[in-house]
Parts: sequence; C-alpha cells; structure tokens
Amino acid sequence: MTEVPSAYQRHIGEAAALPENVMLRVNHLVKEFPITRGVFFKKQVGAVQAVSDISFEIRKGETLGLVGESGCGKSTTARCVLRLLEPTGGDVYFRTGEDDHIVDIATADKDTLREIRREMQIVFQDPYASLNPMMTVASIVAEPLVVHDVGTKEERLERVKELLQVVGLSPEHANRYPHEFSGGQRQRIGVARALALNPSFMVLDEPVSALDVSIQAQVLNLMQDLQEELGLTYLFIAHDLSVVRHISDRVAVMYLGKIAELADRDALYEQPMHPYTHALLSAVPIPDPDIEAKRSRILLEGDIPSPANPPSGCRFHTRCPKAKEGVCDVDVPELRELESDHWVACHFPEVKKVF
Amino acid sequence: MTEPLLKVEDLRTYFATEEGVVRAVDGISFEMRRGERRGVVGESGSGKSVTAMSIMGLIEPPAGDIVTGRIVFDGQNLLELSEDEMQSIRGGRIAMIFQDPMTALNPVYTIGDQLMETIVLHQKVSKAEAREIAIQALRDVQIPNAEHRLNDYPHQFSGGMRQRVMIAMGLSCSPDLLIADEPTTALDVTTQAQIMDLMLHLAEDRGTAVMLITHDLGVVAGFCDTVQVMYAGGIVESGTIDDIYHNPQHPYTWGLLGSMTRLDDATQHRLHSISGAPPSLIKLPEGCRFRPRCQFATDICRQVLPVLRPVGNPGQMAACHRSEELDLKALSVDGEVGAAASEVTS
Repeated sequence: MTEVPSAYQRHIGEAAALPENVMLRVNHLVKEFPITRGVFFKKQVGAVQAVSDISFEIRKGETLGLVGESGCGKSTTARCVLRLLEPTGGDVYFRTGEDDHIVDIATADKDTLREIRREMQIVFQDPYASLNPMMTVASIVAEPLVVHDVGTKEERLERVKELLQVVGLSPEHANRYPHEFSGGQRQRIGVARALALNPSFMVLDEPVSALDVSIQAQVLNLMQDLQEELGLTYLFIAHDLSVVRHISDRVAVMYLGKIAELADRDALYEQPMHPYTHALLSAVPIPDPDIEAKRSRILLEGDIPSPANPPSGCRFHTRCPKAKEGVCDVDVPELRELESDHWVACHFPEVKKVF
Repeated sequence: MTEPLLKVEDLRTYFATEEGVVRAVDGISFEMRRGERRGVVGESGSGKSVTAMSIMGLIEPPAGDIVTGRIVFDGQNLLELSEDEMQSIRGGRIAMIFQDPMTALNPVYTIGDQLMETIVLHQKVSKAEAREIAIQALRDVQIPNAEHRLNDYPHQFSGGMRQRVMIAMGLSCSPDLLIADEPTTALDVTTQAQIMDLMLHLAEDRGTAVMLITHDLGVVAGFCDTVQVMYAGGIVESGTIDDIYHNPQHPYTWGLLGSMTRLDDATQHRLHSISGAPPSLIKLPEGCRFRPRCQFATDICRQVLPVLRPVGNPGQMAACHRSEELDLKALSVDGEVGAAASEVTS
C-alpha cells in the first residue's frame, strides 16, 4: 500500500460519489491472509482470500445485517470496515459527522483514523473476553474518553454513570468488576463503552450469540431503543437468520468471501432468489411444531469448501442444486440488481418462498 | 400402560464448591416411553446437562453427588449398579452424544479405532466383525467412502462430519436410549439441518428413544414428541410439543417463546424479554424459583415452591400456582408488558 494519496486528497474526488443518505460505502474490498510455511524463515506459499471483492453501502440510520456461516468472511469484512484489519484492496468510504467529510478508511493515515474512530465503534460477541477483568466498570466505560482525552476526571465519571443508565444498568455498578455481572449485563457494559464517544456508526459483531434466549431479547431491545434515540447506524453481523430479520432493514448474505444476495429485509426473506439463500432459510428451524411438520428442507450436500482453495466460477456451484456444468463452474456470477434494490449473484436466479 | 423405558424420581444432584452447595438438579421426576423423542430445554445452568450426566452415571464424587432419587432404566435402578455394571449399560444400551465432537473424540486414535473400541466392548464380536459393523455404522450416517475414512483421524473430518461420527458411535450398539446434549449447537445452520434430519431418520427407523438437550426451541419443534422445560434445577413444565408451543401453562415457558425471534415474523415488534437473570443455584430464592423474574408473581409464589402438577391439556404438567387463573394463551406476548419489565434489570 504505497503511493496512495492521503485520505484528505481522496475524499475530495469521491465526495460527490456518495449519495447523501449513505453513511458508508465498501468498494471492491479484498482481504487476503497469507499462508506461510516454516518457523524461522517464513515463506508465503499461498493466500486465503477471506473477503473477495465485495461492495455494498450502509445508509444513514439503517441496520444492515450481514449473515453467513462460519468462514464466510462476515467478521473479516467488519474488521476491515473499522480497519482493525488492514484491507488488501478496495476502499471504505465513511461520512464523518461534523463537517460531512468523506474519508477513505482503507487508506487513511494514522491521525485521520484516530479522529474518525470516535465516530465508529464495535461491540464484540463474547462479553467475557472483551472486558478486562482487572478493571472496574467505571474505568472500562471511561477508557475511550481517556484515550481521546475528553473531559476531566469528574466529568468522565458523570458520563460513565449516565451511560450505565442508558444501557439499563445502575450508576452504583460503576465500582464493580466484570466478574460480578451476568453475561447479559456484561454485554450492556460493552455497549456503554461503545457509546461513550457518541458514535454515529456501530459494528455489532454477533452481540447476542453468546447469550441465553431471554437475555438475547433484552439486548436486542436495547440496541433497537438506542438506535431510535440516538439515530445510530448499525452493521449487524450474525449467523442467526431469525435475529437478523428482527433487527435489520436490509440484509446481505455472504458465502465464501462473496456476497450472494443483498436486499431489503422482507424481499430477502419472502422472495429470496439465490439458491444459497434458499437453503440457508430453509434450514432455520421455526419454534412452531405445526409449521415444522409441514416444512421441507433443502439439504445441501457436503460441507463448505476451504477458502484457501475456493471452487472456480460460482463459489457455491459445488453444493448448488441448480448448478449447470460449463456455466456455473466457469463464470463468476456478478452481483446484479434484478429487482429494485434486490441484488443477486447467480446465473439462474429464481424467486422461491421457502417457509 | 406398558412400563416406561426410563423413570426418574425425585432426582437431586448437588455439587460442593467453595462458595457453597450448588443445587444443579433439585428434585426432578419424569418418564420416557420406548421410542419417545423428548426435548429437554432451558437456559444455561438450568440443569439440563447435569440431568443427562446423572442418568449416564458420570457424576463423580466428591465434586458432585446424587443426593436422593431413583433412575429406573428398563426396570433397573441405575443408581444401585456397580461401576462395572454401569459400564456395560453406558455406551451400550444408553449412549450419549456431546456438543463438541472435537473434545469428545480422541485426537491420537483413528475414527475406526474409537468406533471399534465401543463395539468390541459391548458386543461379543471379533475384530474383523467389529470392523464390518463400524463401516456399516459410518455408512448409516452417510459418510462417503466409509472403509477408507475409518483410517482417518478426527482432525481430518469437518465439524459436521465429526458429529456424524459421534452419532455413528452412539448408535453402533443399537441403544434403547440416545442422549444428545446440544448436538448441533457448535454447527452451522445448514449442517445442523443435515444432522437433525439424519438423527430423525435413524431414530425413527430403529425405534430409538432420544433425549434431546438444547436451548433452541426451534430444533425441538421439528424433532421431538414431548418437551420438558427446566429452570434453576427444576422442571417447570412438560407436555407434548403441541401443549408447550400452543398452550403454555407456565409464565417462564410463555416468556421464553415470546422472547424468541422468528424467521417467519415480518413485524419488528419489541421482543418480550424476561427481566433479570436466572438465580444463583447456591442461594435459590424462597418459594417459586422463577418468582423474582415473573411478572405475575403474588404472595403465595414468594412462600411456597410450586410442584409439577397436571394442568392445561390432558397429560400436560406445570409447576405454577397461578396456571388456572392466568390465561397465558390469550395474553399477547408482544405487548407492552415485556417492554416495561425489560427496563428494570439487575
């Protein structure tokens, strides 16, 4: 990544290209991880393309759900968007709040990144691993404020108490340690920390996957309330398609590093067009015995191929019930807009209701 | 009525810890018929897995102890058997599948060695015969190229394939009862569909009774005939899947169903969340254990622990003082009740 213009130079050229209602645009994002051999003299022998040339945008105030099975690249995409991982290629344009500047996160320099990170935050999956057990709740939630040098010590403590209330905890909890809290409460602490700097955009990386059902509902309700009150924009990463339907405005389905289908939530669930979306939706159980008794599942053959050696052509062709030889195993399908705002990457798309 | 396959009576399994006695399973009773597929659902710490471990005889003193109770399997109280007698039942007539197949399989032995070990232990067969049985077992769980895969090690299988191996191992001695403890929780949803489909067909064909332990009410709806809902070491409700999903009699069951997101739900209504978190199993609340989180609790709930009793449809049981007066079925789950309750956590 040399010879790239600074973030400031780039945004001038691209500002016009980002429609006003768009908060973030991912353009041709690629992320490769090297496969090395040898202990002392590491030699690169190949690469895993975890994210393989994907593009999408997130509109202001919406929740974009990013779903897929393990290894599909959804978390890697999220981390590249925040530049917690260095993208191998592509751009991530982000509209900053104050002066409506557009910054390319993928190439921004350190100082720019530090500035815009106030506006973009992340909530992690595991509330046990993401909170430092040696720190009090007050110091955990105040840490972003300290890092960005916001307020005096007293002001920060006030802010912490306010934040704890916002996420449904009590201000008295400030002096306790993470181990004194249940999983759901810990996740609330993680959310309070993410809110500390008043971000406009949040990545929620499987925020409820580690929680029990009744607690999941508490956290999902909290996330929806916060979005409404604070006008937040969410990128919601999950493998649970029921949760994603509940929380998202639009949904992107990923398979082996590529977007298979991207559509408005109702269109994706009621009129899915990609065979992988069909199989995925048909596999999700519905908690109603009458419905389950009548359903027929599309059972896929085999397992997800290794991303180190993805299939040629359409990456899904090896497991696809509709794959045609000479087409699907040769040509990579483009993500095309087949209906208004409904994008599908398939040579033989077909609307099919699966439940 | 014929004798039940499994009859658990007033089972109490406690664990001694530094902080005090954990009452993981605290007085549960239930029965299973031959061929019955029973779902055991509940959140973490509700006692589902400890119930299974107790049945399998895997609770080891001094850490844990079955304090009281009887576990009668096919007329025989398992708690009175010697370890040797238990060995012959475990893996033979009662088999178990665990959540994480990678930790359940030994990484330094081939799949074939591990499968044949079980078979030789429980069936009077030669090594060559055991090999044939093992190959057939792998074919039954649709592992392609079974005679070659037998020589592979666990790491050479994917997660879904490893769980198939576990199922093959569990079913290789034709058990009467298969206990599956969260068998698909670690798997992706399309793989889960494959595995549940496979288990359903195998259990149906062979008439194997299955106890499916899970937190996922969706999986239960498609697989089981009956369900028991557990909370803080006790059974709060049991019945057929139809009873539980369409006519819940316990506020916890009702709340659990309301807090689930559903694939077929197009509205983005607020979820009914159950406020708070489950109690500590060391310091259980007085009276009903669900009382601190229950929006319908009254004085009697504070004072008396409700027993599991017939209520609702014939055969249905619930442990709630107020089941008759509360018409839970008629109460809208997505109402404001839940919204208000969710604000006061902790």
